[in-house]
Amino acid sequence: MRLELQGIVKRFGDLVANDGVDLVVEPGEIHGLLGENGAGKTTLMNICYGLCRSDGGAIRIDGRTVHLASPKDALRARIGMVHQHFMLVPVFTVAENVVLGQEPVHRLFGLLDRGRARREIREQSERYGLAVDPDQVVETLPVGVQQRVEIIKALVREAELLILDEPTAVLTPQETLELFQIMRALRASGRSIVFITHKLGEVLEVSDRITVMRLGRVVGRTTPAETSAEQLAAMMVGRAVAFQVQKGSARPGGAVLEVADLRVVDDRGGVAVHGLSLTVHAGEILGVAGVQGNGQTELARCLYGLVPAAAGRVRVDGADLSKASSRRMARAGVGYIPEDRQREGLVLSFSVAENLVLDLFDRRPFAAGLRYDPRAVRANAVRRIQEFDIRSASPAAPAATLSGGNQQKVVLAREFSRPLRLLIASQPTRGLDVGSTETVHRRLVEERDRGTAILLVSTELDEVVALADRIAVMYRGRIVATVLPSTPRETFGLLMAGVAPAMAPGAAP
Amino acid sequence: MTEVDANAASAGTPVPPAPEPVDSPPAAGPGPRRRLQAVAVPGTLVVTVLAVFSALVVGAVIIVATSTATLTAWGHVLHDPGRAVHTSWTAVETAYAALFTGALGDPAAYVHAFQQRTAGAFVAAFTPLSETLVDTAPLLLSGLAVALAFRAGMFNIGAQGQIIAGALAGAAIGLVLPGLPGTLHLALGLVGSFAGGAAAGWVPGVLKARTGAHEVITTIMLNYVVLNLLVYLLGLPFFLGGGLQVNAISRPVPAAVQLPHLAGPGLRVNGGIVVALLAAGAVWWLMRRTTLGFRFRLIGASPAAARAAGVDIPKMVTLAFVLAGGLAGLAGGVQVLGVANQLVPNFGEELGFTAIIVALLGRANPTGVVLAALLFGAFQAGGLQMQAQTSIPIELVEVIEAVIVFFIAAPQLVRQLYRIRAQGGGIRLLSQGWGG
Repeated sequence: MRLELQGIVKRFGDLVANDGVDLVVEPGEIHGLLGENGAGKTTLMNICYGLCRSDGGAIRIDGRTVHLASPKDALRARIGMVHQHFMLVPVFTVAENVVLGQEPVHRLFGLLDRGRARREIREQSERYGLAVDPDQVVETLPVGVQQRVEIIKALVREAELLILDEPTAVLTPQETLELFQIMRALRASGRSIVFITHKLGEVLEVSDRITVMRLGRVVGRTTPAETSAEQLAAMMVGRAVAFQVQKGSARPGGAVLEVADLRVVDDRGGVAVHGLSLTVHAGEILGVAGVQGNGQTELARCLYGLVPAAAGRVRVDGADLSKASSRRMARAGVGYIPEDRQREGLVLSFSVAENLVLDLFDRRPFAAGLRYDPRAVRANAVRRIQEFDIRSASPAAPAATLSGGNQQKVVLAREFSRPLRLLIASQPTRGLDVGSTETVHRRLVEERDRGTAILLVSTELDEVVALADRIAVMYRGRIVATVLPSTPRETFGLLMAGVAPAMAPGAAP
Repeated sequence: MTEVDANAASAGTPVPPAPEPVDSPPAAGPGPRRRLQAVAVPGTLVVTVLAVFSALVVGAVIIVATSTATLTAWGHVLHDPGRAVHTSWTAVETAYAALFTGALGDPAAYVHAFQQRTAGAFVAAFTPLSETLVDTAPLLLSGLAVALAFRAGMFNIGAQGQIIAGALAGAAIGLVLPGLPGTLHLALGLVGSFAGGAAAGWVPGVLKARTGAHEVITTIMLNYVVLNLLVYLLGLPFFLGGGLQVNAISRPVPAAVQLPHLAGPGLRVNGGIVVALLAAGAVWWLMRRTTLGFRFRLIGASPAAARAAGVDIPKMVTLAFVLAGGLAGLAGGVQVLGVANQLVPNFGEELGFTAIIVALLGRANPTGVVLAALLFGAFQAGGLQMQAQTSIPIELVEVIEAVIVFFIAAPQLVRQLYRIRAQGGGIRLLSQGWGG
């Protein structure tokens, strides 16, 4: 099947998510669709899958124009999609999930024909090496297998073009390799695949052709043979990769955060952080680098008291805060920029002014005893909005009406409005545009120069290298090595893959 | 060679970052941004008014469809279509006129009263208004009880039980401690009813806080426990008193502990409505002007953000339920010390459930709840009058109330009926409570 998108336009209010996108997916190819968060990749594919209507442009399948008003239309046109968040019923078996919506009915009794469902799944499973047991209950399966159930769902519906939306975001490296095998087997059977990602290495490894998107437009078309990770990155972000952060050298003081043998268990019972130790000094940025899913999220949340430590010790300025709540952490001068700012960092239905005092509302000047003073909160908001250049209609506007960059500025403005000893910043620029990213970076460096200890967790190696004074590389819940930012990229690559070099060049104390 | 779209790659184009809706709903509806604005702008007043209006229309249809006079007229519609329409109109007009005058009073009676200037004429004219306020007081207090929990992200289905617990405590204090000065005794009775309701609210609150037990289940179940406790206690000599009692009805509380009448002995309107309005003001102040209210709103709007901000969520959940229970308990107290003056096995009837509707109609904010309680108080008082004057039973009022809920719960329906494009927040409110 040959899918052709021509001049697709999609607007959300005054935002242009897709601005005249052309894309051709040839039969039997794996087409990598690369772009940063917010580049418009998912929107484009949602249009292909009938989840949203385009405001302009045409979709052709094998030369014929089609109108895809719903996923049903898309399935009829043999387009299937595996979403980032799976659409499975956890308590149903694989077979039940697969047939859901088009249950095969037994000819004689009008009952559900489980046998046929099972047979079909076994068939598809064997053919493409999916290794899925139709009788297993979905919630008991690892994420990687659940994803394959989604793929089978599409295959059983005879999809000839599969859209995989950031499929590797939830997978372990091993599962990722297995997924690539499956994708190749599907290609061999003549199916086409659109592989959405923002990971350069993966797109180079598995794609036949690559389309790069930025700010709603196609900014490049290439093949893995013709390009390199550097070139792709430059296309993706629209400039040379290296983040230019203006900063002088750090003047580290005494140790502020001391973590010893920390162990964190995640909500599924797995050990996310395995006896980790690190130290952050006043006036330095310690970067925590690593591939997503190696325990960084849990580390940051635990250090701020949002997840209890299973074992180990956390000290801030010498005080033992191993079992401290987030409230005590905040009182001890710890600031926190959460990874999921819309969930933990903000209350979207609250006003900007209220969001600026989420953890300060019960202290002077915003409160005296039980009394809460909205006028002081508003006055504070007016100041912060100006100081941090937050683009908001008014202090009373709900945080939900702000753009992602401005929402993050609200979080920063709030955390920086009390004197900090330590700042834990988790993925502080994820999903932000270039301008906002620069603002965040500048503020972090300024805060460092004010003598605050900063723990920066980021899966963007470029960001960590540009900002951090020392870099701890995390792999499977442990720190493999702590190195200087000047360390060669190849060494970082090895460290992030868990290879602990006996003498990593540039190893820092 | 790598082909690069020079136009787009030249950067510098100030295109804002496009939103990438990760899991946008399948409906080809508004984009994520517009959806968020819809949450932000609660243009719900129009929808609320139209919901009430629509319910009255439905009520009119029911009046026409259930009265024998109109049905007979419609049976001869081919002979005399004018009569069918006329009869229907008269039936609806009579019923709603009775409902209106029963709730707010008859304009003619007011004129008469101000001309005659006799006590009897004033009482006659103001009785409907007085009755409306008498019915409003407990509705307002228990509506606030549901609304407060709503704002903290929880569904309080237990107002009924909390009302009874409050009434029990209030009546018990009224019956013991003889010899106390009247005002003090009354104040104690009200405080006691608040405490009784608070105790009943504490149970689901602490269960949720400590074990995560869903408050909808626990409050529903607790309603039965408290109801049966009432029935049991009413069988005890303490409540029954020494007299020859056939029915399980308690002794009346002494007159000194009863809420004073506001407009003379002829009108039933009493201090209850004052207590209720003060409570509404207090709830507004609590939610908007205290740190405690900020915490309640915070856990209601986003438990995750509340946790990150260091709010002690279990404590707040318990406290919100204690205060909500207290308000409902006060409703029971006002009812037993102001209106009923004694306890009966079916005390409060459906009050605690109507309270949920009142809170919903009032969008869980104090001002809205005051207006909704007034409306429902008027319905209650007017419905009785309508039943007395026409052959239409007061159950019609319940139907109208139920239909209002339908329209409030499905604002989309109202918008489609009246082709309104405004977005409302009703859905958000409903779905949010379950998340807690």
